[in-house]
Amino acid sequence: MSVLIFVDQADGHIKKSSFEILTYGADVAKQLGTTADALLLGATKEDLAALGKYGITKVYHIDNANLNNLDAQVYAQVIADAATQTNANVIVCSHNQTGKAVAARVATKLKAGLVAGACALPDTSNGFVVKKTVFSGKAFANIKIASAIKVISVNPNSHSTVIGDGNATVETLNINVPTPKVKVTAVNKISGDIPLTEADIVVSGGRGLKGPENWGIITDLAKALGAATACSRPVSDADWRPHHEHVGQTGIQVAPNLYIAVGISGAIQHLAGVNRSKVIVVINKDAEAPFFKAADYGIVGDAFEVLPKLTEEIKKLKASA
Amino acid sequence: MKILVCVSKTPDTTAKVAFKDSNTKFDDAGVQWIINPYDEWYSLVRAIELKEKDAAVVIHLVTVGLADAEPVMRKALALGGDEAIRINADSHDSFYIASQIAAIAKEGNYDLIFTGKETIDYNGSSIGGMVAELLDMPYTSLVLKFDLNGNTATVTREIEGGEEVSEVNLPLVVSSQQGMAEPRIPNMRGIMAARSKPLKVVEPIAVDALTSIVSFELPPAKAGVKLVDADNVAELVKLLHEEARVI
Ligand SMILES: Cc1cc2nc3c(=O)[nH]c(=O)nc-3n(C[C@H](O)[C@H](O)[C@H](O)COP(=O)(O)OP(=O)(O)OC[C@H]3O[C@@H](n4cnc5c(N)ncnc54)[C@H](O)[C@@H]3O)c2cc1C
Repeated sequence: MSVLIFVDQADGHIKKSSFEILTYGADVAKQLGTTADALLLGATKEDLAALGKYGITKVYHIDNANLNNLDAQVYAQVIADAATQTNANVIVCSHNQTGKAVAARVATKLKAGLVAGACALPDTSNGFVVKKTVFSGKAFANIKIASAIKVISVNPNSHSTVIGDGNATVETLNINVPTPKVKVTAVNKISGDIPLTEADIVVSGGRGLKGPENWGIITDLAKALGAATACSRPVSDADWRPHHEHVGQTGIQVAPNLYIAVGISGAIQHLAGVNRSKVIVVINKDAEAPFFKAADYGIVGDAFEVLPKLTEEIKKLKASA
Repeated sequence: MKILVCVSKTPDTTAKVAFKDSNTKFDDAGVQWIINPYDEWYSLVRAIELKEKDAAVVIHLVTVGLADAEPVMRKALALGGDEAIRINADSHDSFYIASQIAAIAKEGNYDLIFTGKETIDYNGSSIGGMVAELLDMPYTSLVLKFDLNGNTATVTREIEGGEEVSEVNLPLVVSSQQGMAEPRIPNMRGIMAARSKPLKVVEPIAVDALTSIVSFELPPAKAGVKLVDADNVAELVKLLHEEARVI
């Protein structure tokens, strides 16, 4: 019995959401009175022994060229084999793009119940019950897993990383890696930007900004804060901003520490994608805008006047820090 | 070329989320049901677009649901598609649902299976991957663009901070999202035609569910907004730094 944490990388670097699940997996192991091990696939630039700091006992590293790109079928095979070989009964991954591709396959291979999009540690007082977000963040469901093996994919930004001391043992496993059927031909990174789903702070603009030519005030504020940029659906529908910035019920769901909404009315479909943010700031010239009801802080005012001032104040704060 | 499009009914995006029976069931009183937007706007419409280019394409729709799912299936047929299959079962366990769909898919020998990236009610993102695993097919998830050239699909999927383009031979399972197709609405001809399209009802196969819903919860209400004067932006920065500690 042990916990196996599937650690996801991009360009050989462990993703922020994977550090979060290292702590999550270690916490689950503590709860169950067992140990947590990590599994990392493909070439890496990380110091794997250092993952011991997150409470990890062993790191299994399978360095095989067939694992340098994601083929869900190949990854699932390897993760499931690793789980079986290491006798893991709980498998943890992030509910990020990679997790969404592989968790369901791994669970099916292992005949394991899956909770996808978990937002809290399991409750083991009566069986094994995991809380997850449902209705696009408008509610939570407590899901009981009946099977002996359990798979949990954890929402990014829902579990804080804890860093302690210690070193993990790094080992490999003897696993046959199949040839991928999915051939990756190009990777187009949006250079310089912070990925929206990984960002601690998000600055988001809506139709109130009137047109794409006015987005400078959004990107300036985002830059000053080290934030990612996002937008409402009509903004991406009108091609003012790229589709991958569209947040909401039918777009990307985000849960940053700080979400700043500028010129967005706060329609229910928009809120569904952002209401798990820890702190919401709304800047809108209409005091009646529904978004204020979902906000922690707000300014009733014209974005074109407020935002440049806000950016200046943030710069002052950063300069004094 | 045979395409299977997985369709789910979900509450309208503006539906009030409330629970009944001691918070164990979604309260659907007065709720309008729609086709899950990812299934409709992206999966189904992309399948229809492929059929418009190649008349040899056959589109079947499948849902796992009780009789109350039929209006939504008729609406999907009005958009396009040749016939619909309803598997007569009600479940919230992804493995149970995926096993039902996989059984139909095996029988129908489909080249391509589309699912939405998730449903907007249970947000599992699981059905596509499970169906692919049960059928031992490759799976591309969170797909933004999908093109076919003979037996080879060119697929663009979302990754953190960008996109990845890949090629993969059919058969294939895909989960769809925004970008894959231009949403459209059914026209009068489609609505008329849908009335006479076959909607088959089949009984589920025996499968044990691996999970069950114990209860639902609503998030705690917000304390209320703290408003800062537009002429005092520095105050907002101070609050975010010292009180909320998020910057
Ligand atoms: C099925 C369905 C799914 C949907 N999914 C999504 C989704 O995923 N995401 C999403 O965002 N929407 C979604 N929508 C659309 C949603 O209903 C709203 O129409 C949309 O969110 C509104 O975008 P907005 O707030 O940018 O624009 P508007 O509603 O037009 O609001 C603009 C706001 O800007 C303010 N404003 C104007 N000028 C200024 C200024 N100078 N300074 C400050 N404020 C100003 C106005 O007071 C107003 O509140 C969906 C709709 C449907 C039907």
